[in-house]
Amino acid sequence: MSDPPVIQTRGLTRYFGAKPAVYELDLAVPRGSVFAFLGRNGSGKTTTIRMLLGLLEPTRGSGAVLGYDLCALPPEARARIGYLTEDHQLYGWMSVRQSCEFQSQFYPRWNGRVLNGIIDHFALKPEARVKDLSRGERAGLCLAQTLAPGPELLILDDPALGLDPVARRSLLESMLYLTRRSARTIFFSSHNLADVERVADYIAVLDRGVLCACCTLEMFRNSVRQVRLRFAGAPPPLPKVPGLLQAFRYEHELRLILVRLNGEVEQALRALGPLEMEPLPLPLEDAFLSYLGEHGERSFILDEADRDAGEVLKE
Amino acid sequence: MAFDIAITTGSTTPIYKQITDQVRLAAATGKLGVSDQLPSIRALAEQLVINANTVARSYADLAREGLIEARPGRGVFVIHKRKVFTREEGWRRLEPLVDGLIGEAMAMDFSREELRQAIEKKLARWKAVKQGDQTHE
Repeated sequence: MSDPPVIQTRGLTRYFGAKPAVYELDLAVPRGSVFAFLGRNGSGKTTTIRMLLGLLEPTRGSGAVLGYDLCALPPEARARIGYLTEDHQLYGWMSVRQSCEFQSQFYPRWNGRVLNGIIDHFALKPEARVKDLSRGERAGLCLAQTLAPGPELLILDDPALGLDPVARRSLLESMLYLTRRSARTIFFSSHNLADVERVADYIAVLDRGVLCACCTLEMFRNSVRQVRLRFAGAPPPLPKVPGLLQAFRYEHELRLILVRLNGEVEQALRALGPLEMEPLPLPLEDAFLSYLGEHGERSFILDEADRDAGEVLKE
Repeated sequence: MAFDIAITTGSTTPIYKQITDQVRLAAATGKLGVSDQLPSIRALAEQLVINANTVARSYADLAREGLIEARPGRGVFVIHKRKVFTREEGWRRLEPLVDGLIGEAMAMDFSREELRQAIEKKLARWKAVKQGDQTHE
């Protein structure tokens, strides 16, 4: 894949007052990927998305979307981007049908089949008033209207927020349906790791405005590991272990969650003299939680560049 | 064909591996036989509501092991029934099962001898079933 990334930022930074909401962000979203953008509330996801769309000016740094400078996105480029906001803005007094007709006026290319497909999928009645729709139904309507112009790049800001399980499943199905055209890229922020696990190829993790991982989902899973050390008595005090995210201390064992468990780290752990040392599998959610936890060191960035399980830790 | 793949999210096992494991197991236990057809990558991805690349990854692993084969325009087929796990991996998986069995049996106050007999009895029956089946061990 020598294709240039659909989204690329360099040192993208935005301050609100003295506080950086997004700090030195280097993001690369490959064409055709389903890319999940993760982080806690207030970590800077929406600020980033707004900068990507040229809705908010960066304090410094630069970026390109579909090859265009994000501070000067021409209308042709905007027409190729579908953007779904967190708060599903629609006119309440319109019917579903009117709302769709209204939206379609703005787009030269409008795919009625895609629109109706999604409207059916969410079981929306064309005559229903928008203000009477449930949150899930509004989400479905917005999604249908975002997809109907056939965007090449889809940016979804927490599309699953507040959806019930049925609506969430419909959303995922629609997202996957869309990626059957392999040139399409979906960039979505989410808090739901089960959804991410199902659909994402890549993930980026933002923590208090700082990017701390940007890699394939698989690499993330492979890089965050849990090890159990068993001891005859109480476990000895833990020395400084590079890459340690979390340590749990029990009566006769230590459980450590680490980033990039390499030979050097393994040796350091063996030096503690455990009776037994074994890897324990870790669900994605636990890996993610320890990655964002307040415990341990916070200075690792995981990205595709350090595939070699190397020792290069970014300070 | 009575073979269904089911996945769970939030598991310690990545989704692609859940699929690979289930196909291997089904082939090993005879639920899937030679020349049985599997769903296409797209169909399985849609059915499970997962990224098609995940299914592709799993099928690629299975194809590399020589268990399945994609025949262009026709579908994905089981081509070989082979040893599913390396010896080492097999032991790793067997051990917790045996531990579980012994633990349960002890909790129900069975003696070692009774447990041994129960296993022998079952094994004898399996032997009869397995006859004619070319196992690799």
